[in-house]
Amino acid sequence: MNLDFSDDQKYLQDEARKFFDKEGGLSNARNVMDNAQEADQDLWKKIVELGWTGIRVPEAYEGLGLGHLELCVIAEELGRSLAPVPFSSSVYFFTEALIKFASEDIKLDLLPKLVSGEVVGTYAIAEDMHQATESNLNVAVASDKLSGTKIAVPDAGMASHMVVVVKSSTGTDLRLVDLADASITVTPQKNLDTSRAFFKVEFQDTPSKLIGNAGEGWSNIQHLLDQAAVLFAFEQVGGSQSALDMAKAYSMERFAFGRQIGSYQAIKHKLADMYIAVTLAKSNCYYGAWALSSESSELPLAAATARVSATKAFQLCSKENIQTHGGNGFTWEYDCHLFYKRSKVLSVLLGSEATWKEKLVTNLEKTNTLVKG
Amino acid sequence: MDFNDTPDQAKFRATCREWLEENAELKENKSRGHLETSLEEHLKTAKTWQQKKYDAGWAMLHWPKEYGGIEASPIERIIWGQEEAKFNVPGGIFEIGLGMCGPVMMQYASDEQKDRYLAPMAKGKEIWCQLFSEPAAGSDVAGLRSKAEKDGDDWIINGQKVWTSGAHYSDFGILVVRHDPDLAKHKGLTFFFVDMKSPGITVKPIKQITGQAGSGSGFNEVYFDDVRIPDSQRLGEIGDGWKVAITTLMNERLAVGDAKGSDIEEALILSKSKDDAGEALIKNDSVRERLADWFCEANGLKYTKFRTISALSKGEAPGPEASITKIVSANKLQAIGNFGIDSGDMAGMLIDEDDGVSSFQGAWLGAPGLRIAGGTDEILRNVIAERVLGLPQDPRADKGLAFKDIPTKA
Repeated sequence: MNLDFSDDQKYLQDEARKFFDKEGGLSNARNVMDNAQEADQDLWKKIVELGWTGIRVPEAYEGLGLGHLELCVIAEELGRSLAPVPFSSSVYFFTEALIKFASEDIKLDLLPKLVSGEVVGTYAIAEDMHQATESNLNVAVASDKLSGTKIAVPDAGMASHMVVVVKSSTGTDLRLVDLADASITVTPQKNLDTSRAFFKVEFQDTPSKLIGNAGEGWSNIQHLLDQAAVLFAFEQVGGSQSALDMAKAYSMERFAFGRQIGSYQAIKHKLADMYIAVTLAKSNCYYGAWALSSESSELPLAAATARVSATKAFQLCSKENIQTHGGNGFTWEYDCHLFYKRSKVLSVLLGSEATWKEKLVTNLEKTNTLVKG
Repeated sequence: MDFNDTPDQAKFRATCREWLEENAELKENKSRGHLETSLEEHLKTAKTWQQKKYDAGWAMLHWPKEYGGIEASPIERIIWGQEEAKFNVPGGIFEIGLGMCGPVMMQYASDEQKDRYLAPMAKGKEIWCQLFSEPAAGSDVAGLRSKAEKDGDDWIINGQKVWTSGAHYSDFGILVVRHDPDLAKHKGLTFFFVDMKSPGITVKPIKQITGQAGSGSGFNEVYFDDVRIPDSQRLGEIGDGWKVAITTLMNERLAVGDAKGSDIEEALILSKSKDDAGEALIKNDSVRERLADWFCEANGLKYTKFRTISALSKGEAPGPEASITKIVSANKLQAIGNFGIDSGDMAGMLIDEDDGVSSFQGAWLGAPGLRIAGGTDEILRNVIAERVLGLPQDPRADKGLAFKDIPTKA
């Protein structure tokens, strides 16, 4: 039994934590927010230099050729520091889509550039105020040209390329587009967490290339979503732990009625519940990490479990961190709102908690998984 | 990252497995442990099984060889436990003795006493119980009032203990009592072991909310009326009772662990089954949402345990993550029991004439006890907050007071 990361992976995580601390920790997210930027370009450049965008890219395409577990430990640290960079869009999604489904020509062209930072990728799924399904997609492809509008597309201002989920004559396709194409209009959309940026992307006869087999786009995107859900869950756990740490530190230094507020059971029990939620989420993430890295058929169930558990943990920890801080927690000055907002955006970014609970139960119906250990 | 044994662990597992296959029957289904038998019968089969295990070295496998163990590592204990759990073997009798009294005797008893008591305990010849809680000392167990007065080479014990599992069939017990009410609460306690057949001990089973009394490992009140204990049966120094008790309580938290009973599988099976109209509960969105929540909890606990085992497997000390187990599992048990009853709508409250309470009804009836036993939900949250997160202790109104001056009513 070895449900743990290797010493090398733990070392990588340690290095990542030191890196984000040295680069300013939460202040990067705050700067992006205060200065209405799309991302922290400088931080992103340094991440690229560290080679993290190439973690999963095979050595033949100039990457590090490492596995998903290395990505999991980096994700946890990105989450802990609320790093305002397009890592999830470009690495969890775009790069994975190419590694799994793209033709050799596309891989040879784009993967080395993703490693070097010349290319930043993202993905477009949502079209309206509801969950995207195979039957309600409007963005369509005909003769390799895309038309229609996607919304809530992360990092589309900074990205050079994008994978788009579209309706096709054979069902659903994944399509690769170059965002430099003049037929594409990219417009920023205001959102709750301004340390991250989202966009409306309009296509008008936009040239595109097929990724993966025609008509198989829906099951392919589900697989990419499952993979990304595990990595996002690690980010969420990192954020949860960070919010819990912040609440703990404040409860030790703040006095009320002549004593530390952390000595009151009302606060202790709140923090204990946060610890319980983080611990469950983290253990579910380890299960997800195992399923992801071993390409297990349990991935859909493991991903949904990690996702739901981590979404709950981060939302609980971020809201109760504000509560623990009292009035200070509601000010712009304190960092509590950074966690609160990021937890909300992460909780809907891959589909809402309800959507993932539905996926979880659908998988439980299919498998007869026994959970007794 | 994998779930596999190392070659050594696989070999050890095979050895356990081989012996179990020769000596016990595999469980045919996971739902029920034992059929209803009388207490006497159950004790007899449990003792026979324990002796068999002892003879083969499995009874207390982590103990030194001189006391019948095989000096097994923590991970080997876990592997044995995992394999034994797959077989239909009697349980529920020796856990407290072997899990809590044994370690205390091992640490504090004299060599002569260890020679006398440890092997019979491990063999199941003598059953042990734990006498800590009192009517006025539950979560605040150090507030106990049973007293010990020195009389020559003996101590005279008077008072009452409560919630003593298995006292009605135990041969010996470990006991913490107050030797000096003029000292502060934690300082005036002393620890002993006692022969449960001593004159002056009266055991009365407690009738629980389940309606059961004196069945299985049920709870008891234990009265001490001028009970004599020789000073040689003192464990630790006079006044060190709390220190010794804490060692035991740490072992109790490890021993109590998972709340056994209806879990997500049973909730799933129930939800998937169709009623007379061909409808399955799992079609209901509110049911689906709850199943998802319970699965996240059950699965989270399972892999939390695996993380602990992984640390032990590498010879590392496990992190504090296992501290969440009882809080989460006892509350989940209560919720799932409740769900199972509700699923029957108006008939859910009815108890079957032939089969008795269903497993869901049993879970719902038993869960309130599990949320209290071995540390209430509230105490366990304090433990997580103070010992895991490092938050300050509550200010205590009884701090520094002589025990006799501590207020007990408004």
